[in-house]
Amino acid sequence: MSIVRTENLVHEYERRDEEGNIEGVTTAVDHVSLDVKEGSFIAILGHNGSGKSTLAKHINAILSPKEGTVWVDGLDTAKEENLWEVRQRAGMVFQNPDNQIIGQVVEEDVGFGPENMGVPTKEIWERVEESLRAVGMYEYRKYSPNKLSGGQKQRVSIAGVLAMHPKVIVFDEPTAMLDPGGRKEVIRAARGLNQVEGVTIILITHYMEEIVHADQVFVMDHGKIAMQGTPREIFSQMERLKDLRLDVPQVTLLAYELQQAGVPLPDGILTRKELVDALISPRIDSLP
Amino acid sequence: MPITIEHLTHTYGEDTTLAVKALDDITLTIPDGQFVGIIGHTGSGKSTLVQHLNGLLKGSSGHIIFDGQDIYAKDYSLKELRRKVGLVFQYPEHQLFEIDVFSDVCFGPKNLGLSEAEIKERATAALEAVSMPKELYNQSPFDLSGGQKRRAAIAGVLAMNPKVLILDEPTAGLDPQGRQEILDLIKKLQTESKMTILLVSHSMEDVAEYVDRILVMNHGRVAFDGTPKEVFAHYKELEEMGLACPQVTYVMHDLKERGLPVDVSATTVEEAKQSILHALSLA
Repeated sequence: MSIVRTENLVHEYERRDEEGNIEGVTTAVDHVSLDVKEGSFIAILGHNGSGKSTLAKHINAILSPKEGTVWVDGLDTAKEENLWEVRQRAGMVFQNPDNQIIGQVVEEDVGFGPENMGVPTKEIWERVEESLRAVGMYEYRKYSPNKLSGGQKQRVSIAGVLAMHPKVIVFDEPTAMLDPGGRKEVIRAARGLNQVEGVTIILITHYMEEIVHADQVFVMDHGKIAMQGTPREIFSQMERLKDLRLDVPQVTLLAYELQQAGVPLPDGILTRKELVDALISPRIDSLP
Repeated sequence: MPITIEHLTHTYGEDTTLAVKALDDITLTIPDGQFVGIIGHTGSGKSTLVQHLNGLLKGSSGHIIFDGQDIYAKDYSLKELRRKVGLVFQYPEHQLFEIDVFSDVCFGPKNLGLSEAEIKERATAALEAVSMPKELYNQSPFDLSGGQKRRAAIAGVLAMNPKVLILDEPTAGLDPQGRQEILDLIKKLQTESKMTILLVSHSMEDVAEYVDRILVMNHGRVAFDGTPKEVFAHYKELEEMGLACPQVTYVMHDLKERGLPVDVSATTVEEAKQSILHALSLA
């Protein structure tokens, strides 16, 4: 069952000179067709300017397709009557938590979305509670958001989206401004929502180690999908990733370097545990 | 032009009930030409500390001695200090505003009252230092890619010819190659232009790879101060502070625990590789 589907999606930006005349057209998304299964964890990689954020903004109808079609849970995002329904079903979390939090108190902020949807008051409070619990921020419900750390603020933003009961959440570089602890908290929260609540996650990031657990990875370049596959398939193509201005997790790089030096390791090692297990295995211990 | 910080304390909202000590009795010296990484969780005081070094913030108590002079002395010229200590803020590209890249870089030197020829010379040198392609000089800064914009903004600070360059998370939001380009550029400024560099960063891998010395800030104090190896040896304490070690350091600890005699102080891929190869050849 697909939750997000695009068919030949095209988005163009017009470049204008100082007088406002059109100078040219930049194709940010170029005939992209993809299919995201309900309940999966998807990652989108790509260098700055590759079109990943433009693609993401189509999923909750911030942008409307120039050509082609986007369906969210079967709803065509180009149809104006679907707009609110699409935005409720597909939530979005952005890079800077400070731009997404508006409430004076954490629980008020989280209740803002359902309140705007006209959810009855009693149910709003139920949703606020369950959302804050899901991201591990329930104890902070009476706090002022500006007393929280970056990772905590970002988790409040996630709870705010979650309270609208979306089926899919798009995370557009949610950890770019966070410290290592905050990054870990946010990724853990996203994985938890996926595994426990069954919410489909679409994660856009520049940190390669954040996506090793994803079900599927799409790599964008010049508005097109340049690579797609499991993290293992993607990260075993290091040279190709470098051409696309990307990288591999540090553990994968170390495994690759050891392989080049003659250590018989399997391809596409992604996690610290895999590397350690492989190095400790008797086969390698008995090397000359 | 060494920088010495003596008992520097900064209290936000002093004399109110909301008073918070953002810096708490900091004492340290940064010698000429050192590449210093500053790490710490959000709110640990990193940005507050670096904003004192060019006089944007003034300490509640304590002293900062720059090149032998107390910057809090009555007749000290903060304007002069700000020429020598360049500060690149987070997301500096948000501060680009001129109609083209070249004019934007000229803005600083122009304000110094230099001659037209010298302004152009400095701007050209700065843009060359950040490897900006010539054909982009006359482009609007808003037409550049994320990495290029950031380099244009750094060039604007370099055009002031600073002796000390402070960068607050200069790689945030850039793709991996963009990150590496910026870090290579900063390293080059240290080795070739002999600048003192202070780099505030959330990436432990980058810090381990590039810097000579790490300052770890926690609750407004310096929790650790040493080489990457010395600092990352405290990996458990770092985690309690919301920080981490480079991934390879964890791998080395795991391997050691499982009986492979590797060097747990390795902090870069190259060091880890050498140590693992050595340990495997012994086995």
